[in-house]
Amino acid sequence: MQIKGVVYKFGNDVDTDQIIPARYLNTIDPAELAAHCMEDADPEFAGTVRPGAIMVAGKNFGCGSSREHAPIAIKAAGVSCIIAASFARIFYRNAVNIGLPILECPEAAAALEEGETVSVDLAGGVIRNLTRSGEYQAAPFPSFMQEIIRQGGLINYVQERMKKRA
Amino acid sequence: MSMTITEKILAKHAGREEVSPGELINCSLDLALGNDITAPVAIQEFSRLGQDHVFDPERVALVPDHFTPNKDIKSAEQSHYVREFARRYKIVNYFEVGRMGIEHCLLPEQGLVLPGDLIIGADSHTCTYGALGAFSTGVGSTDLAAGMALGECWFKVPESMKFVYHGKLRPWVGGKDLILHTIGDIGVDGARYRAMEFIGEAIENLSMDGRLTMCNMAIEAGAKNGIVPPDERTKEYVEKRAKRPYTFYSSDADASYVETREYDASQIRPQVAFPHLPENSRPVSEAEGIELDQVVIGSCTNGRMEDLRTTARIMKGRKVHRRLRVIIIPGTQEIYLQALREGILEAFVEAGAAVSTPTCGPCLGGHMGILARGERALATTNRNFVGRMGHPESEVYLSGPAVAAASALAGCIVSPEEVLGDAD
Ligand code: SF4
Repeated sequence: MQIKGVVYKFGNDVDTDQIIPARYLNTIDPAELAAHCMEDADPEFAGTVRPGAIMVAGKNFGCGSSREHAPIAIKAAGVSCIIAASFARIFYRNAVNIGLPILECPEAAAALEEGETVSVDLAGGVIRNLTRSGEYQAAPFPSFMQEIIRQGGLINYVQERMKKRA
Repeated sequence: MSMTITEKILAKHAGREEVSPGELINCSLDLALGNDITAPVAIQEFSRLGQDHVFDPERVALVPDHFTPNKDIKSAEQSHYVREFARRYKIVNYFEVGRMGIEHCLLPEQGLVLPGDLIIGADSHTCTYGALGAFSTGVGSTDLAAGMALGECWFKVPESMKFVYHGKLRPWVGGKDLILHTIGDIGVDGARYRAMEFIGEAIENLSMDGRLTMCNMAIEAGAKNGIVPPDERTKEYVEKRAKRPYTFYSSDADASYVETREYDASQIRPQVAFPHLPENSRPVSEAEGIELDQVVIGSCTNGRMEDLRTTARIMKGRKVHRRLRVIIIPGTQEIYLQALREGILEAFVEAGAAVSTPTCGPCLGGHMGILARGERALATTNRNFVGRMGHPESEVYLSGPAVAAASALAGCIVSPEEVLGDAD
């Protein structure tokens, strides 16, 4: 699958309280969550983010709480993919489980600049800068996780498993 | 093959003789936990599975603790959704306001998490139960949904890091100070994806409450789990609480670790973590004089009996500084009642502190003590991220209960020794 979008850049250690502050966790409605996405990191983000946006961040993206509201808010805000130098582990799991593509690639995370247009080949993990030249290879997903993504998230995967059990 | 305690517990629950770091395995669960924020998303996902039962109604725990007693209509609706689910699926371990506590204080106290267990919780501080010698880790809501349905969860076996604390602790130094010092040393991603195993003389002598505090904050270094090898103290703690059998595991002498860190615990001073990351920890002497608007003593990190006793030793017979407000939140109803019986709550009220029913409350900026723009709090909680306790332009400093209590009296951050000397 090929994705193309404009880069929105963030720093290191972006925590889940910045992605979706707890004061908005009294709902599970994705659209409502999206309206406050990244509010404490960049109050303008939710109002201006363009569909298909590619989020680029430094190390340890999504650290902190286990709230799945964080990747849900990002996905519902229209972000098509996150590229980071590294991800916090619960965020990583949650993104895979809800089918939000994420790529770990320190080189791309360092090189890509705000506003640049980038294409991403999810299957191969190849990231291309279309504004200036530059091509980066992200770490591939383990095959087990590729299977979860292929089936459209963990719930579909579990459904398959339950059918086999029955 | 030699294995660490974490690897042994994972191997056992994967039905395998052995596992090694990096392997993806499927494990059976002893308990799956959700709260009023994460369970609603999990229940929604669970209902997509079209299953009419959870894998075991005794092994799912639902604890509405974040926005309870409910602070507004929306959060009441969320709790209602969880309550209805608990009724419909006959969840045994559902805890209502009045019997409730902060999940990570409540489950160990109720004997629902035990040594050798494998536990997932849709809450990042689920790593707390490693203090009992269990493997326990935070996951998201979809993982919880799958866990409730199947009684299983997939894991990547983590590499283990060993942390050795030599020597004896100084007066007024506790588990919180050890873990803040450690996170300051390795950083907020210093143990990312890894297991943190805590050992050494200072850990052996640490109370169960102190061990729970340390494992609670393993996630603040990015770890998958924190763990303390079970010992006599563990046995003493679980013996009177456990309602089912449990197993003590220990690391083999020649188990392999990706890294070992050693500390002279006798040199560690009471710690304070500056905004806006737990890794910004320094000895309290470097924070002295910082003026405060609020002090919060509570949370799943430091809302236990020992924490309240330490606070009371400092506050009893003295007055909270007139500049600030102090909010004290016992972690569970049992702790609340015990503190009541010991006269501790009376001491708090006499000192001029507010005492709350158990709730997460201000820890995550939910309710019961939200900060205004520009305000500054010192809290015994675990996170000081931007906006964590309220306005994005407010600040949170983190410490253990001794520093928090002393600072409550002084109106600014001070060392407990300034108030009481080193008479611990
Ligand atoms: S007390 Fe704070 S950290 Fe602990 S579970 Fe509640 S919100 Fe989370």
